[in-house]
Amino acid sequence: MSAIARTTSGIGRVFEHRFITYRRTFRASIFSSFLTPVLFLTAMGLGIGGYVDRGGANAALGGVSYIAFLAPGLLVATCMQAASFEATFPIMAGLVWTRTFHAMYATPITPRDVALGNILWFGARLLLISSVFTLVIVVFGAAISPLVLLAIPVSVLTGLAFAAPIAAFSATQRTPDRFAAIFRFGITPLFLFSGTFYPVESLPAVVQPLAWITPLYHGVVLARGLSLGTVGTSALPMQLALIHLAVLVGFIVVGSLLTIRTVGAKLVRG
Amino acid sequence: MPDTRESVDSPPSLIHARGLTKRFGDITAVDSIDFDVAPGESFGFLGPNGAGKTSTMRMIGCVSPATAGTLRILGQDPAADGPKIRARLGVVPQQDTLDTELTVRENLVLYGRYFGLSRAECNKRADDLLEFAQLTERAGDQVEHLSGGLKRRLTIARSLINEPDLMLLDEPTTGLDPQARHLLWDRLYRLKQRGVTLVLTTHYMDEAEQLCDRLVVMDKAKIVAEGSPRNLIERYSTREVTELRFAAGVQETLDGQLEGLAERVERLPDRVLLYADDGEAAVAAAHARGLQPETVLVRRSTLEDVFLRLTGRSLVD
Repeated sequence: MSAIARTTSGIGRVFEHRFITYRRTFRASIFSSFLTPVLFLTAMGLGIGGYVDRGGANAALGGVSYIAFLAPGLLVATCMQAASFEATFPIMAGLVWTRTFHAMYATPITPRDVALGNILWFGARLLLISSVFTLVIVVFGAAISPLVLLAIPVSVLTGLAFAAPIAAFSATQRTPDRFAAIFRFGITPLFLFSGTFYPVESLPAVVQPLAWITPLYHGVVLARGLSLGTVGTSALPMQLALIHLAVLVGFIVVGSLLTIRTVGAKLVRG
Repeated sequence: MPDTRESVDSPPSLIHARGLTKRFGDITAVDSIDFDVAPGESFGFLGPNGAGKTSTMRMIGCVSPATAGTLRILGQDPAADGPKIRARLGVVPQQDTLDTELTVRENLVLYGRYFGLSRAECNKRADDLLEFAQLTERAGDQVEHLSGGLKRRLTIARSLINEPDLMLLDEPTTGLDPQARHLLWDRLYRLKQRGVTLVLTTHYMDEAEQLCDRLVVMDKAKIVAEGSPRNLIERYSTREVTELRFAAGVQETLDGQLEGLAERVERLPDRVLLYADDGEAAVAAAHARGLQPETVLVRRSTLEDVFLRLTGRSLVD
């Protein structure tokens, strides 16, 4: 019992550190959390959507307006991008630049606390971002079902499904040189090709399976099903929804275990 | 929960190491060293860069596991009780690990939180430590803007927030200007007077002489000598040393003319050292042989001379 309490309090202290350092940039951060969805939903949802919807309800989009189709996809994709950023540079800062994670390791805090405390922090950041984004979606009238509220935890999980494995990778790096490649060859193509802006089925059949192996596709399908209220219908049967959820959880669990290992290795090496 | 094992079967020393070894792949950083540190003692590891001092400190700090050998810190085994031991250590790492974007005070409070101290307690201790480190006026400053010396003082203050039983200082004054070093030494000396056990590494012999009651000289992963600074000097050097510097090119022509001038003669690239208890007599002997050094300096022996004697090399290149 006391061992469990100690472990969770260690994670809590790492979380507290991340929160206190974040407080300084809170205002700028909350502002951009609002700005991103407003800009995207206006430009793409209303702007491009105006053209898409011109011919009436589109069967390929499930018979809903383009903005209703797009909004949950953007929500999840935004979480992916924010999570990927959080899992790269701040991790490198703590381990290599300011070495504040080494300072923690000189105290009763363990490498596992450092790894899990950071992942918990990513979750908190994503919760804020996705809540704000969802609020904007509702204000734009782009949500069809009240289940859109459940898209918030789904997008947090999707973000973590990226953040956890990326953090594991970041902890193995001495310089940020390879981070650009993650964004250029990983995050940006996924953003474009994982069903955020159009159904994956529109892509050539050979590349469609590629979408399946990344968490973003699963998060987008799930969030969209919730926002459009189609979960449990033939559009997204419950069993399939649970599979999508399981994929996300799988990425988080494996990524977290890897992060514990790589952060530990880095801290022990010095 | 109080730990009852400690008082029963633990050795009396705060640190107890036997055959302590650290290997990284094929490289042996620490090669089977033995040492003990007693409560209240100031203990130093003196040696050049790469001698294995930092690797040893990291093992003592319970952040790097030993490859082989026995290590007990505060009577406990780092492999089993790392977090518990670390709760009682105060660590000043070689490289600063401060939160540069936070203020001086925030750094102290946040670090106290890592030890599970309440916010109120952290704030109270932070006040005292700011005072001790003479940082009270800078409490609200962002750490990024502090000088190297002030950052070191903050790091030392921070390491005291848990009122440690044992302080580990890895090269505490490396890279500081002389004034900042003296200020830091003064603070460390105060801690020593309060009975805090200090363990430090250094490649500055003056630092070792000022702060250490006892030290070990490390070279190439091994301990080559152990004793108090005075004791080491008496054992491995003469009372005085005479330094002769010759005009450029002259020293190379002196083969055969230096032998027997003193108990021991060392030829460094830039000067000749004559080890004799009576330095002036050695100078007279050199003049009697017709040697004409450009400068002559008679001084007391230091730990630098001990190191030279033990390893044939200088501490700082």
